[in-house]
Formats: sequence, C-alpha cells, structure tokens
Amino acid sequence: MAYISKRNRRREKDKEIAAKNRRELIAAGFKRRDLLKMGLLTTAGMLIPKKGLSARPLTSAGFVVNDDPNSPPTTPFQENMPRLTVLQPVASLTPAPTIAPNTAAGEARTVAHQAFAQFPPQRFYEMSEQAGTVSMHPQLPLQTIWGFNGITPGPLIVERYGNLGSPGNGSVLLRLRNNLPINNGGFGLPSVTEHLHNGHTPLESDGFPCFFMEPGQFYDHHYPNVYAGINSTHPGTGDIKEAMATLWYHDHRIDHTAENTYKGLAGSYILFNEFDSGDENTGFRLPSFGDGQNPLTSFDIYMVFNDKVFDNQTGLLAFDLFNTDGILGDKFLVNGKIQPVLHVSPRRYRFRWLNTGPSRFYQLFVLGPNNSSKSFWQISTDGNLMEKPVQVTSSRFSVAERVDVIVDFTNEAGKTFYLENRLEQDDGRGPTGDVLGAGQGDKILKIVVDGPVVADNSINPADITQFYGFPNTADPPRITRTFRFERGNGQWQINGQLVGNCNNIRFAIKRNSVEKWKFQNNSGGWQHPIHMHFEEFQTLKINGQAPSNSGLITKGRKDVFRLEHNMEAEVYIRIRDFVGKFPLHCHNVVHEDHAMMVLGEINDVGDNKTQP
Amino acid sequence: MSNINRRGLLATFGTLPFAGSLVAQAQTPESAPRFKQISSRERIRQRYFPNLVLTTHEGKEVKFYDDLVKDKIVIFNMMYAKCDGVCMPITRNLLQVQKLLGSRVGKDIFMYSFTLKPEEDTVKALKHYAHMHKVRPGWSFITGSVADMELIRRKLGYVDPDPEVDKDKSNHIGVIKYGNEPFERWGGCPGLSPPNWIVETLSWVDWPKDRKAPAGNGGL
Repeated sequence: MAYISKRNRRREKDKEIAAKNRRELIAAGFKRRDLLKMGLLTTAGMLIPKKGLSARPLTSAGFVVNDDPNSPPTTPFQENMPRLTVLQPVASLTPAPTIAPNTAAGEARTVAHQAFAQFPPQRFYEMSEQAGTVSMHPQLPLQTIWGFNGITPGPLIVERYGNLGSPGNGSVLLRLRNNLPINNGGFGLPSVTEHLHNGHTPLESDGFPCFFMEPGQFYDHHYPNVYAGINSTHPGTGDIKEAMATLWYHDHRIDHTAENTYKGLAGSYILFNEFDSGDENTGFRLPSFGDGQNPLTSFDIYMVFNDKVFDNQTGLLAFDLFNTDGILGDKFLVNGKIQPVLHVSPRRYRFRWLNTGPSRFYQLFVLGPNNSSKSFWQISTDGNLMEKPVQVTSSRFSVAERVDVIVDFTNEAGKTFYLENRLEQDDGRGPTGDVLGAGQGDKILKIVVDGPVVADNSINPADITQFYGFPNTADPPRITRTFRFERGNGQWQINGQLVGNCNNIRFAIKRNSVEKWKFQNNSGGWQHPIHMHFEEFQTLKINGQAPSNSGLITKGRKDVFRLEHNMEAEVYIRIRDFVGKFPLHCHNVVHEDHAMMVLGEINDVGDNKTQP
Repeated sequence: MSNINRRGLLATFGTLPFAGSLVAQAQTPESAPRFKQISSRERIRQRYFPNLVLTTHEGKEVKFYDDLVKDKIVIFNMMYAKCDGVCMPITRNLLQVQKLLGSRVGKDIFMYSFTLKPEEDTVKALKHYAHMHKVRPGWSFITGSVADMELIRRKLGYVDPDPEVDKDKSNHIGVIKYGNEPFERWGGCPGLSPPNWIVETLSWVDWPKDRKAPAGNGGL
C-alpha cells in the first residue's frame, strides 16, 4: 500500500532533518553521550526541542508521546511547599464496623477481619476517594486529580504503636469510600484497593490487588499497628526491632495502579512509639513532629516526591496510556507542588523522603552555595530505623522506597540549599548508573534558612549509638526461593511467568517461618524496585557481598529491594502472625501493571516451590 | 541548526551539561502559554490515533480512528502471519476471547490485529491467516504502508527503548492493549493471559450500567 499520510511525510522529513543535525553535531566534536546528557538527543537519536524543562518525558525508544513532547514551562520555586494535612480521627463510623464484611451496607470486603477481636480498634478514620481540584503550579491551569479526601498527596495519618505492655492501643480502623466519578477525564480506573505500604497488616486489610471496590462501595481496613512477632516470636508484645516509622498508602488496583497513583491516589502514614516518639525531648530525641503544621514547633517533615508530565496544549496532567516500560515526568513535585520552596529555621530537621514514582529513581543531594554538597544523616531505610545514624552526602531511592534523614541547618542561617536529584535517567528502564556533577542535576526543592531562631532539643545524630538494633538473621530458613525479574516477548515476567489472574496463587509461605529469597535481574538494561508486602526483609548479600552501611546505604530493614543492573541479591524474611493473600511485585508501577507480579499466600502449611 | 559548532551550541545552552534547570529558571510568568480548551478524549485521539488509511484482511480501506476506534470498545494486538513464536498461542487465545464475548464482537467490541510486517502481510496473506484460524466477523487483521504501520506500532506503545531489541519484531507481540474510546478507559494485559481473564479485564472498561453503548457505531 503506497499511501503515506501528510502527517507521516512530515515525520519522515523531521527524521531526516534530525539525522542531518546529528551528523553536524558529531562533526562539531560532540559525542552522543554529551548530547544525551544535555537533553538534546533522545535514546532513539531524535533531537528534541528544548522548551524549559528539567528532564524529558519520553515513551519507549525515545518516541515522544505526541508532537509536543514537553510539559509547558514553569518558573521554579514560586510557591511554598505545603505540609501534609494531618487526618483527624472520627468519633464513630456509620454503620459500625463489623468483623464479617458488611456486604448489605455496600462493603466490598470479602474476607472477615482476622485480628479484630484480638485488637479492637481504638480509633476510627474515614476517607473518601474522590475527584478534587488542585493547583500544582501557578502557571498551569487547575488540575482535576483523584485523591484521598480529594487532595494529593492524601492526608497524613499519624498513629502510635501501643506501648510494649499494651500493644492493642495502637489499633485503628480506616474506612475508605469509593466516591470516584465514572468519567475519568482521560485516564484512571475508578475501581480501587488501598495498600498500607510496609504495614504489618492482616491481609484482608492490606490492599490485595484483587480486593477492589467500585464506586459507591466502602472498604474497612483494620490496622492493628503492632510489632511483627506479636502472635509468634514475641507473644504479647511483638519485636520492638520490627518497629516501623515512615509508611505510605496508595491505590493497588490490579493492572491499573500506575494511572491511579499518578492521578493522585497516594498518601502518607507515620507510626510513633515511646522511642521514636515524635518529641525531641523524649526517646531517641529526633526532631519533633509537633502538630505537623506549625513551622515553629514542627521539625519532622514528610516530603512526597513524584514526577509528572503536563499536556503542552491544555496544561493538564497527562498520562502515557500505552507505555509499558516506565513513565518519566519532566516536572518534579514535592507534596503536590512543582519545585516549591521550604523555609526552615537554623536547627536540625527530620525529613522523610518518599518517591511515589511512577518510574523514576532519585539520588538526592543537599546542594549548598558554590555547588557544595552538604552532608546529612541517614537514619532509616524504607522508613525503618537503621542500627544508628550514618553520615552521607546523598541517598538513593527508587519508586516506593523511603529514606528518613536528619539535616542540620544550625549554622546555616541566611543560606539557600536545594534538594538536587543527580541520578541520570533517560527512560523508564531505570537510571543509567551515572551520577551527575553538583549543580547539574534537577533542583527539586529550594530550602531557605530564613526562619526564626527556635530552640533545638533534638540530639546530635552523631551521639546516637543505637536505635533498636536489627532482628536476628541466624534462624535457618525453611526454604530458599528464587525470583527472576525478566522480560520476554516484550512483556514483563517473574520466573518466566505472568501474573496470570487473581486466582493464580503461585506460592505459599508457612506462617511463622523464615525464608531466604534470591532476587535476580538478568534483563540487561532494566532496574526494578521489588516490593514485598506484610513484613520487611533484611538484605544478606548483593552480588555476593555484604550490604553497605556507608555511602549508598543498602544494609537495613527494607520492603523494597532496588534491583539494579545485572544484580543478584539474597534477602532474609520472617513471615509471622497473620494469614492471607499478598503480592510480590516490581514497584515501577508501569511494570507492576504489566504482569511483573507474583501472588502468594500465607497459611499454616506452606509449600516447597523454590521458583514460584 | 545549520553551520553549528561547539562554541555556538554552548553559547545557546550555557555550559551546563544538563541544561534543564537553567532553562526552566529562565521562564517568567509572562511567557506562560495560553492553554487551549481541548477535551481529554480529543487529546487522546490526537496523541495516539492518527487517522491513517489502512486496509483490513477483507480488502476494505478504513481510517484508523474514524472507522476502527471511535465510539467502540477495542482490543489491539500486534502480529505477523509467519510468526512462529507466541503469535500462534496468542491468536488461539484471542479466538477464545472472541468466542467468550459472543455477539458483542462486531457490535460494540472490536478486535484488531495489526501486522508488524506489512511488507509481507498483504491483504491476501492476512485473509489467508484469518481464514486458517476461522476468525469470525468483528476481528480484523490490519495492514497498511510500512510507515503507517510503524507509526501505529509506536503510538500504541509496542516499542523497546533499546534500538537493537526494538528491531526484532518478535519482541512486540506479547501484549494486548484494550480500551473504551468514548469512555477514555485504557489498559493492557499479556496476550498469553487466560482468555477468561482477558475478558474479565475488558469488563473493567465496559460501558457503565446506566449508559448504553453509543448508537450507530456500525461496524466495518
């Protein structure tokens, strides 16, 4: 067929011009790598226009989604970074929560609460998943998002474990209502399931990808907020070494998580206890949380990072519908605003960093005057406190990973800093592995030390010699399983298999047992953030070596393993206390939606499948 | 960009190897573009569904958007007739899907298999393929010019960022894309998923209970 459309002829001509330009640039002494770094060349070799962006949104093979590849220009650092709104409990819920699913009243849950009687909820929360209108930047039109209570990031839930002697006091129940509209405005599926990421949650409340609810329905999530081991290794108390701090919640709808989280369905969750107390005068004496809002009393700040693309013609949030590799945005948001500003006082702060994706990895530096890099203290991996603080100059975190840090601005009054991402990433496959020089990355947040002098009763992280310590990894595993994360026929796979369907439960873990897992990535240029639900693991080995406790920290309790190029890792995991179905999956949410997931089950039998 | 040299380029973009942040800062509110009011459905059409003239295995000329996609629930996949990899099992899967969907295929649900090798998949070759597999009406095998089929492949995301991997056509056949065009719901699933699961996933983009399929969407 000889027909070639006018549009195609134009594209062909563009390609010819691009090739000519490329030849000229190479003749002028530029290497392909230079051009890629300058953002002037896509991986497919097309020169792209520069229109004032901080990265390039591309689909696979450097193919731009449309003929206007870039988001509209936005002036950085125009608005203050919002502090996350703290969700307040409600006195009661109507109808009252029930152990069995209240199907008659419209509850979508299908499995009875397994720990409700043991840990009756002490507090109740209720949120509505609904559309909302927000401003992400003053130079962009108002955006219609989907959010918990209509905002994104969703409200911050701040909860406390019960004291060790009274674990049930931490128990809460969160009722979610699906009030999402039928019309999605271009992307999003109004059918949702919410996962409390990192929670030691009875699995009917965990947000199993197939436990979704439709508009008009509700779903009760029971969060006992107990330390792992409560019904097994450490009866009655749980293991304090399993304490978690920085969690988050997000939609986990099977096959549609990427568009739904991108549209806004993600929020944050903090757990305090008597040690990590939220009060800098008690416990570990980390900077106080206060009320989470007042800049004079709240020095523990949750920062939610994500990158997005906005339609060049309409200025509205755009989602690349047919991408299966990973989506990169060219606009960086912190707590819902593009490149905002944070004003701080000259004192120590705890920042909790979360990357909600969809596909970008970050390596954040604190960029100071004259391209200096300010060191800081990393205190957690995936929101779980490390053995003790470690001084670093950067932290790397892929999608869904969290890092808590202490940054000391005590002697920095009057200065300006930037959180700068220097990890080079050209496409959804993962970062290239190159770390850009100081000042050459993307400045995501401007931090100005111009707040009033306020008391700082937090402790110098250098003086903290131990947090909780790590749970032991000496007990022999019941089984060693291998999970290969790979690609076949242009499709994601784990151990050569697809997620299949919701009933395709591929392995069973015996409750209260220990397992060793091997994560393998042989698929060339790809990297994958591998997420396990329910209990975090400890890394035993990466490519045969012990994990690192300096530089880029890899030692620690984790729920996401950052499986980089050609990497093989061994992790140690205990699965305790509760039963039910769970997923193990890649948290590049685009990969996740395209079958890079294996479903498993915790029961009292277990199986012996070494390559599920 | 003719007569370009290294100095000239550096002068244009500054000395930062990564020019992004610098350029972003140079923007002022006054330069903010005036945004257009275009519906999201229209933007999806503009982005993904160029209205190319294509040909079905029955020799009928059709326009990609107007005739194949508009107002319909659609299932897309990529194939070529002489493929000996997973094309066969996926085709067999889709035959089961067609069977399970029953009379809706050709009425409001349409299945399209786009050839990755239009140079060899002529109308005749595709017709032969369809007949060999006893494909029923409502499922069309589509060919067109090499350039047009390449554009459709890329628009629908059947690409690999590694140019060498991308060249191998067998790397583009594993995924089914599906959607409801007027309803703006889109998704994808592996072509080797169980047929009843493919049908299940399709139900997530089906017409809402209170809304019937648009009338008069005809068919091919």
